[in-house]
Amino acid sequence: MSTETFGAPVPGAPPRAGVPAADRPTRRRRRASFGGEGSRLGTVVAYIVAVVAALVFVTPLVYAFFSALKPSREVLLAPPRLIGTEVRWQNFADVFEYAPFRTYITNSFIVSVAGTLVVLFVSATAGYAFARLRWPGRDIVFVLFLGTLMVPQEVLVIPMFVVMQWFGWVDTYQSLVFPWAFTAFGTFLMRQFFRGIPYELEEAARVDGAGPVRTFLRIILPLTGSALAVLAVFTFLNYWNSYLWPLITVNDYSTLGTLPIGLASFATQTGTRWDLQMAASIISMIPTTILVIALQKHLVKGIATSGLGGR
Amino acid sequence: MRTESSIRPPRRNSLHRRERRQAFGFITPAVAGLSIFTVMPVGLAIVMSVFDWPIFGEREFIGFGNYIELLTDSPDFWPALRNSVVFTVLYVPVNLVVALGLALLLGPRIRGRAIFRVIFFIPVVTPIVANALVWKLVLQPDGLLNGLSTSWFGLTLPNFLVDQNWAMIAVVAMSVWAGMGYNMLVLTAALEQLPASLLEAAQVDGARGWRMLRSIVVPLISPAIFFAAVMTIISSLQVFAQPQLLTGGGPGTSTIPLVMFIYNTGFEFQDLGLAAAGAWLLFILIIGVTAMQFRVQKRWVHYEH
Repeated sequence: MSTETFGAPVPGAPPRAGVPAADRPTRRRRRASFGGEGSRLGTVVAYIVAVVAALVFVTPLVYAFFSALKPSREVLLAPPRLIGTEVRWQNFADVFEYAPFRTYITNSFIVSVAGTLVVLFVSATAGYAFARLRWPGRDIVFVLFLGTLMVPQEVLVIPMFVVMQWFGWVDTYQSLVFPWAFTAFGTFLMRQFFRGIPYELEEAARVDGAGPVRTFLRIILPLTGSALAVLAVFTFLNYWNSYLWPLITVNDYSTLGTLPIGLASFATQTGTRWDLQMAASIISMIPTTILVIALQKHLVKGIATSGLGGR
Repeated sequence: MRTESSIRPPRRNSLHRRERRQAFGFITPAVAGLSIFTVMPVGLAIVMSVFDWPIFGEREFIGFGNYIELLTDSPDFWPALRNSVVFTVLYVPVNLVVALGLALLLGPRIRGRAIFRVIFFIPVVTPIVANALVWKLVLQPDGLLNGLSTSWFGLTLPNFLVDQNWAMIAVVAMSVWAGMGYNMLVLTAALEQLPASLLEAAQVDGARGWRMLRSIVVPLISPAIFFAAVMTIISSLQVFAQPQLLTGGGPGTSTIPLVMFIYNTGFEFQDLGLAAAGAWLLFILIIGVTAMQFRVQKRWVHYEH
């Protein structure tokens, strides 16, 4: 990962079409970034510190995994042992017997995918209107949009619950998807991205007589893949891990429970069955962990695009 | 800026009208959604905070009654406020220092740094409920931490999650573990943007190690540190899941943060009006702290432009 990746101040500038061949040799040269120079001893020490830190860091997860494989009464034995008298893979299957985890997982997927699709649609259309179209009141509306970013979810959940009561949406999928699908964050992210796309591309389409809708669909959207992907990943993770809101709006766990609240209530119900709780925890960690491992090359850039964007 | 008006002067007006109409179409979903799901709830929250508003049953206007009750009468509000502040004061510096340390450590000289970064980032994306359960097991009296301590050093550790002095520290430690990976990547992105020429110049001038870090690197990435600090303080004033799952707010009220107080007031004691008033006080706290940071930033944040 080189510094060039972040050269453009415009967040997530359109995908770069490879580095020109003439520039490549300079990437091979040792560059003077912090921690890049130094003695061989320093490098060895850095490796040791990194490995030790990583080992300590993952210890709780490793311990949880091996606890999930133990017989129930052997989880809390002193001195702690990694492996019990038997290795019970059965625990992972038992989790699905004790609580409707299949439903929880399905619900989490439905809600996360639906929410992500709504967010992408709303953010892309509104972002385009703010970035490229001219209409009266645009700048004022944009400032109002940004103003809503200041209001934290915690202020909104109480009245949102009353709104759900009015709509008759308590215990529905809609109540899990829609209330948080209209954040100004996505719109802002997309607007910043659209502004980085050269006007000339649109001019050409307009000269050919294409209106905003066709320009948007044919010219702009195909260039937007990377920004949409970043927004999609962050939105999916937010929905997937959401805890406070489902806790409030879902009463009927057996049909509408999502993974986080299902797992929390499972933990309360099973008391000291740490073996099952750890198995359930590990299961619920798998999807997002796979997502992050798959996206590892883009992590830093994704954070730079979304988090620091528009600073 | 706009040049397209010069392209087709004769049809300018009809084009503009069409653009306006279509812009309306583009913006409507977002405006409608934000109105229903943000603007309306904000308005409603203001109204609710001046009502006695149970989940079911009669509502009654009581003016500033809820606010007065919170500030003078509610047994848990001030402890909750204190807990949120204590959590923030402990969590934010540790989070930032660990995140910066790792971002610096996992620099270009570490091959496979992408893998290390993934490892430190995993708890950021795994459900906080699962993370908390794992830590709950680790921190049990016979859990991993105490088990290792007794068998290696013969030292029995306190029962962290129910100990008056340790419960909050346990919540903070778990939260740092789960959350600092995000700031690590934010700061990594900033470090990777540093101009190599400037660092080379500093090295030629003899800057090394700690001095290089303090006088060159930290000032250069101070905008990113500031951003991370602002966002982390906001999110730590909103902490809820970690204490709720690890300690249940206990022992006593020693780890109930404001959001948990608001949640309990609204949905356990079913007093939505009081909860709404509490949420506004939290909002004022967040706005105040954030505004203060922006005022202080001039003293330590260096922008280049």
